Amino acid sequence: MATWKRTRGFWVSVILAFAFFAVVQWLIASGTLNVFYVNTLFFMAINVMLAVSLHLIIGITGQFSIGHAGFFAVGAYASAVMTMKLQMPFAVGVLTAGVAAMLAGLIIGVPSLRLKGDYLAIATLGFGEIVRIALLNIDYVGGASGMTVTHMTTWPWVFACLFVTILVISNFTNSTHGRACISIREDEIAADAMGINTTYYKVAAFAIGSFFAGIAGALYAHHFYIIQPSNFGFLKSFDILIFVVLGGLGSLSGAAVAAILLTIVSTFLQNYPETRMIIYSIVLILVMLYRPTGLMGTKELSSLFKWRKAAEGGMNHGSKNTVA
Amino acid sequence: MAAKTPLLKAEEVGIQFGGLKALSGVTMELYQGELVGLIGPNGAGKTTLFNLLTGVYVPTEGRIVLDGETLNGLPPYKITRKGISRTFQNIRLFGELSVLDNVKVAYHAHARHSMASSILRLPSHFRGEQEMEEKAIEFLKIFQLDEVMHEKAKNLPYGQQRRLEIARALAAQPKVLLLDEPAAGMNPQETKELMNLIAFIRERFALTILLIEHDMSLVMGICERIYVLDHGQLIAEGTPEQVRSNPKVIEAYLGEEVS
Repeated sequence: MATWKRTRGFWVSVILAFAFFAVVQWLIASGTLNVFYVNTLFFMAINVMLAVSLHLIIGITGQFSIGHAGFFAVGAYASAVMTMKLQMPFAVGVLTAGVAAMLAGLIIGVPSLRLKGDYLAIATLGFGEIVRIALLNIDYVGGASGMTVTHMTTWPWVFACLFVTILVISNFTNSTHGRACISIREDEIAADAMGINTTYYKVAAFAIGSFFAGIAGALYAHHFYIIQPSNFGFLKSFDILIFVVLGGLGSLSGAAVAAILLTIVSTFLQNYPETRMIIYSIVLILVMLYRPTGLMGTKELSSLFKWRKAAEGGMNHGSKNTVA
Repeated sequence: MAAKTPLLKAEEVGIQFGGLKALSGVTMELYQGELVGLIGPNGAGKTTLFNLLTGVYVPTEGRIVLDGETLNGLPPYKITRKGISRTFQNIRLFGELSVLDNVKVAYHAHARHSMASSILRLPSHFRGEQEMEEKAIEFLKIFQLDEVMHEKAKNLPYGQQRRLEIARALAAQPKVLLLDEPAAGMNPQETKELMNLIAFIRERFALTILLIEHDMSLVMGICERIYVLDHGQLIAEGTPEQVRSNPKVIEAYLGEEVS
């Protein structure tokens, strides 16, 4: 069947992803994975979600946004308010986080996406800082000392959110709508002249990206017991930006792989607190020297397997099994 | 032959950038099926006129009318959907996208499957994408680009890039096609092929074409009427013979005679 041939790669990835889920679930349940590893795994998944959502904005649509931690923060706080202050269930918190971050994305995106390149970067950087300062000064959410949050994030939640994030973003990218976004990245004037509503697609990409950053925020808030505005400073935004650039601009699996690798590197380096940041920086410099277009360039992991001739800049669904 | 009412009409259009009048009082009429040339010395305002017609700039004076509908102030993507498509002086392809995807982008405006259907992978998504792909491949065959359809656009040789740009503009299904110096940087052989291609697409798609060109043999050879711009104003119009012997045109191109 033609449809089966076309989607075989997709279903194989889905099966692999669920197999991975089952194995990890079993390892956690049987206690083989201790708390440290589980923490690292969750942190990895959250970073992958952030990286993939920013990849849609920067790598696909070409809008240089460096305020992603702002959306992450909005999601974290929105979900924490829902579950802690309003006693809502976790599911409501997660959904609220996404919607709140998406609204924030629309509010900041509609006016600032008229800007291009460096100017957009500065505007979004400003947005990230506004969020942080605002949270710092709202007593309702604890101000500088932050909010304590009950631990609710579990492996099924993390896996489900990560799975949906990657699925939605790769489905979006692999359609005429994703191609419209890529055409904006490649040449906005030509995209406009070809009948693409560039503002609409820039805002759409921004909204989808910030939605999933918000979801990641909810998982983060309910995993680490406490959230403080200082966790969401512009350095966090740069961390996410580094995942995307290091993985290769335009590659979803690249962003995911970079997020995983760098999470491992920085976790490992916690044993060497004095030299940690120096080594981390050297790793970044070396990667960029030897792989100037990022780890994956614009290629996808799935294009390594010849399931079908992958169009450049488009992507298959092959990256879910890399969440290891 | 030509219909009574023009398909595309510019009425006394002009644009001012700050204190600089780049164009003023330009009136131009294109009738269904015509191939019209637009010439003039460098800096005369030819590309500016294209930018006005396609909505990149909004005219500060005058009106642009397509098929009885005023286009002033519409954003470029809406004007494209109304039926004016263009190529660019310096090629603007989507370099990282494949040749096939470049054409598919132009079909996007006619796509019927929504963003939600793509995200949820509903049957309408697969149908829509399938339809687009078939149309795009068929289109590339007309332009003899089907053999390179999986190449990145930026890796094509120059002549093919020009051809792809024209193919992409046509895939947007325009009524009027604007070509901005399509022969720039081409050798005589390539220019000749281009002339044939333009004649062919005009026939096949029943198009109305407005062409900016510096290559006089091309303009004089295929255009039925020619408009001449100089210093932002229309100085002449007419058949190639009329324009060629017009003293104002000679003056604009060669300078004033010393007497």
